[in-house]
Amino acid sequence: MGAGHGRGFPVTHGHSPVHRMAAHHKLLVLVGFMLLVVATPRDWYVAFAAYAVVVLVVIRASRVPLRHIGRLMVIEVPFVLFALLMPVIATGPRTEVLGLSLSEHGLVAAFALLAKGTIGVASSLTFAVTTEPDEILRGLQRLHVPDLVVQIMGFMFRYLDLVTGDLSRMLVAMRSRGCDPRSPRHWWALASTMGALFIRTYERGERVHLAMLSRGYTGRLPR
Amino acid sequence: MSVPTLDVRGLAFAYPDGHQALFGVDLHVHPGERVALLGPNGAGKTTLVLHLNGILTGGAGSVAISGLPVEKKNLAEIRRRVGIVFQDPDDQLFLGTVRQDVAFGPANLGLKGAALDRRVMTALDQVGMADFADRPPHHLSHGQRRRVAVATVLAMEPEILVLDEPSSNLDPASRRELADILRSLDVTLLMVTHDLPYALELCPRSVVLSDGHVVADADTLAVLTDESLMAAHRLELPWGFDPRTVGSLPA
Repeated sequence: MGAGHGRGFPVTHGHSPVHRMAAHHKLLVLVGFMLLVVATPRDWYVAFAAYAVVVLVVIRASRVPLRHIGRLMVIEVPFVLFALLMPVIATGPRTEVLGLSLSEHGLVAAFALLAKGTIGVASSLTFAVTTEPDEILRGLQRLHVPDLVVQIMGFMFRYLDLVTGDLSRMLVAMRSRGCDPRSPRHWWALASTMGALFIRTYERGERVHLAMLSRGYTGRLPR
Repeated sequence: MSVPTLDVRGLAFAYPDGHQALFGVDLHVHPGERVALLGPNGAGKTTLVLHLNGILTGGAGSVAISGLPVEKKNLAEIRRRVGIVFQDPDDQLFLGTVRQDVAFGPANLGLKGAALDRRVMTALDQVGMADFADRPPHHLSHGQRRRVAVATVLAMEPEILVLDEPSSNLDPASRRELADILRSLDVTLLMVTHDLPYALELCPRSVVLSDGHVVADADTLAVLTDESLMAAHRLELPWGFDPRTVGSLPA
């Protein structure tokens, strides 16, 4: 059996200035930028346009294809759906748009959610696709994030592939026995699969811990 | 007689749920020996292995490694002396690169800088994986990961190397490569396995554990050709394999 090849992470390997920048600097810039975007009053449309331009310029400088980031942006879909609902369900003065009676407050709130969400997701993804997971961990260490948090993130990076691999093999085994995990009729089976996956992952965690103890682990990863 | 590398006396252990896994096990392994620990599933092999470096304790009896008793105050040194390679390399390799993983054990022992690097590269050389030092372990094949897992333990310069099912899930070529590596190491070896031809190939001596008792401790060829012993303890040779016709056996 061959090994999986980094399914979990969408990192692109490149030599652009964005790729080369130190991870902890990138993190600080990202967090600062996000705070600025979130704190911007929702009707400062020009400011949002300017932020969007900044994000596009950074993506361009990173030489990561826009399409790659675009594909990853699907994680924003639930928020987009919620934003689209807001003008319909919000109260207050109404206005007519394309024959629909929509709430004015709802429209502004939906715009703010969409703008802030999209800018935030796009800039986080730009960070994620230009920074190796290992670099992110080292960056967090340099920023003096508690050791335990960094260790937990490290394990998440390391074992994400294995857990998703386990899950996809279990789903293939379900399909092979005539079950469609997507159909609501079989959701109970999917739920048991998740339970089994949890137990397997938990037990693996125990085994990893034993293997670490066997090599003298005392609670701190050596630097 | 020299001080045994591994000295287990009257070891008994019951899990908290009451299940008794070991009933007075005695086992001695002397420096330089290669011993196979055989037995059916549920015989207590893993329980015994976890006692060797003090992961499990609290039952009756004693374990000593080169004369040092396995006790809480000696655990750091015991874990250096006993290198356990677990069955699933993914349980053992958890850091970002092969180099970091191999350095984990010796760094826990306090090694730093150039000495640590040297130790890591020597261990990787011993298993023929030096060219993969900067690769993430999860990008390697199963056979390569198994070899790196062996290196993570060799880097601690153990006195006894304990391997749990080393040949499981390996293709024939990886299985042979691992056998070549294990033969080339100058270290005392205890190999837990169901792979009886592998035991015969690598270990002159075998110990059979069944239901928590040592039921045989003899020459591997003698154990594998004792049909009543084999049948009584659910040990079976692969179809068509006859240990009597194997040419050269390890001395």
